[in-house]
Amino acid sequence: MNNNIYISKYCKINRFGVSVNNETIYQPTNEFTFAEYMKDAFKQQGFNYLKYFKMDNISKLGFLTTEILLKSTNLKEKYTNEEIGVIISNSNSTLDTDNDFNQTIIDRENYFPSPSVFVYTLPNIMIGEICIKNKIQGESTFFISEKFNADLTCSMVSNLLKSEKTKACIAGWVDLSVGVKEFDSFLMLIEKGKSENLIEFNKENLNKLHQIK
Amino acid sequence: MTDIFVAGDNIISSLGFTAEENFSNLKNNITGIKIKDDGLLYPTAFPVSQVDSTRLEIEFEKIGNTNNYTRLEKMFILSITDALKQNKVDITSPRTVFIFSTTKGNIDLLEPTKKNLFEEDRLKLWGMSKEIAKYFNNSNEPIVVSNACISGVLAIVIAQRLINDGVYDNAIVAGGDIVSEFVVAGFQSFKSLSAEPCKPFDINRDGLSLGEGCATIILTNNQNLFNSTNRIKVMGGASSNDANHISGPSRTGDGLYFAIKNAMDDSGLTANDIHYISAHGTATSFNDEMESKAISWAKLNNVPVNSLKGYFGHTLGGAGAIESVIGIHSLRQNLLINTKGYSELGVPEKINVINETRHAELKNFLKIASGFGGCNAAVIFSKNE
Repeated sequence: MNNNIYISKYCKINRFGVSVNNETIYQPTNEFTFAEYMKDAFKQQGFNYLKYFKMDNISKLGFLTTEILLKSTNLKEKYTNEEIGVIISNSNSTLDTDNDFNQTIIDRENYFPSPSVFVYTLPNIMIGEICIKNKIQGESTFFISEKFNADLTCSMVSNLLKSEKTKACIAGWVDLSVGVKEFDSFLMLIEKGKSENLIEFNKENLNKLHQIK
Repeated sequence: MTDIFVAGDNIISSLGFTAEENFSNLKNNITGIKIKDDGLLYPTAFPVSQVDSTRLEIEFEKIGNTNNYTRLEKMFILSITDALKQNKVDITSPRTVFIFSTTKGNIDLLEPTKKNLFEEDRLKLWGMSKEIAKYFNNSNEPIVVSNACISGVLAIVIAQRLINDGVYDNAIVAGGDIVSEFVVAGFQSFKSLSAEPCKPFDINRDGLSLGEGCATIILTNNQNLFNSTNRIKVMGGASSNDANHISGPSRTGDGLYFAIKNAMDDSGLTANDIHYISAHGTATSFNDEMESKAISWAKLNNVPVNSLKGYFGHTLGGAGAIESVIGIHSLRQNLLINTKGYSELGVPEKINVINETRHAELKNFLKIASGFGGCNAAVIFSKNE
């Protein structure tokens, strides 16, 4: 079913650090806060994008994972804007930011809802941020599932890539719980083609790669 | 390509609890938007389209324990129950999947008075969905699409793809959202709510009206499971991203145009085949402007187009599903519904806004949507007589 579809690269960010193709490229200091982690890892990569610092926690996590994933891939030279798709899912939607926004409306005496917080209470805003930075205009969807659903990710990405319209896809899982108690990001670049060095795109490999710490 | 049919549908909204009741109110030019000034959802008065809570409780009591489900879950369960009565689709089959579309799910459970009424997982969109699937004894993991205001249209496209690829035979697509303090405060903070019922595509439009509701569309690859003289098929669809701004649409309409073009290609149809467009038409200045450009770019200027937001308000995750159901009934009855609130064209590209409900021979209809995050989606339905 997934003939000639390969995972050409993957990037993970969790409390243990940042890894690319299972090689650690960044480790947070012992007593890090999430904000420090996101800022430090971003700077260490030499990235420069002011909008990043205005994003909410989960968008930062998804955005940073994508930027590291796409670094040195020549993605935009190989494909047009419309040929790249994005399929991301998670468990908590934007509940962390929902709680922040809720704090601003709970007390009518102290009522200060802000549009710059509210906009981030939709999970697909992360996809929007990724698309804006990289000028990606292809298909995209944000799914919510209790745990990483390799079956669904596989079905949806395979469906896109078997058409002529989509030639590459950024896909995976970007989850962050309320108060950033836990966070877990795993994004893959999936392309058509054949090479012995690449990992075949199938359910078993997806589950295997997701479980590696 | 597998033929994928609509085997049943329903709408629960301010305008009724069945698709027929809703459609009949639209035919009679009746809107569900009212001015709400009780201070419950927002400190000041604002127009909103809400489901009748008393009726919701009465209807739900007939099929379940009202204490066990949230307001939105009751709407979903009632909606799916009604849509299931119209066919023989086996809801418990492993070949049947639930595909939910919602932006905020049970977000009202964050309100202090509701905080401890349900277990924590019900705030999660998957938790809510599992609870509903459990009610119907379906053991597949429900699929949840949460992609801002295009969620409903996208859920239909995803269902079509999964059935077409043979992953499932039947899909229960259900989209819905409620009007909560959370959502009202958010849209008010954006200053995107109009003080009056919204006026899509009109020269005097000045913002949207919020609404709540839920709709179900049952899709199947087996046409022996339902009776209908006018068979409606989902032909194809697509999504796209503007890659322009997280809280405003593209200024050129390019993203929505890509979605429309790809949906037509996917369906094997061209601009000349489209007989009716059900637009997003939120009545914000930028959205309607952008849609007119995308429609024009796709050479669909002469095709009759409406927005139903003047009837239902903007029902967020429900919008794409509710408006698709109305479109399906328009195809069946050959009836184009007017754009409530519209009187004079106020968008830069000349488009054919339906200002009076009228009969027309209809075969193919295009449903479009756009939302925060720069997302766009399009889906095409077709009638086989």
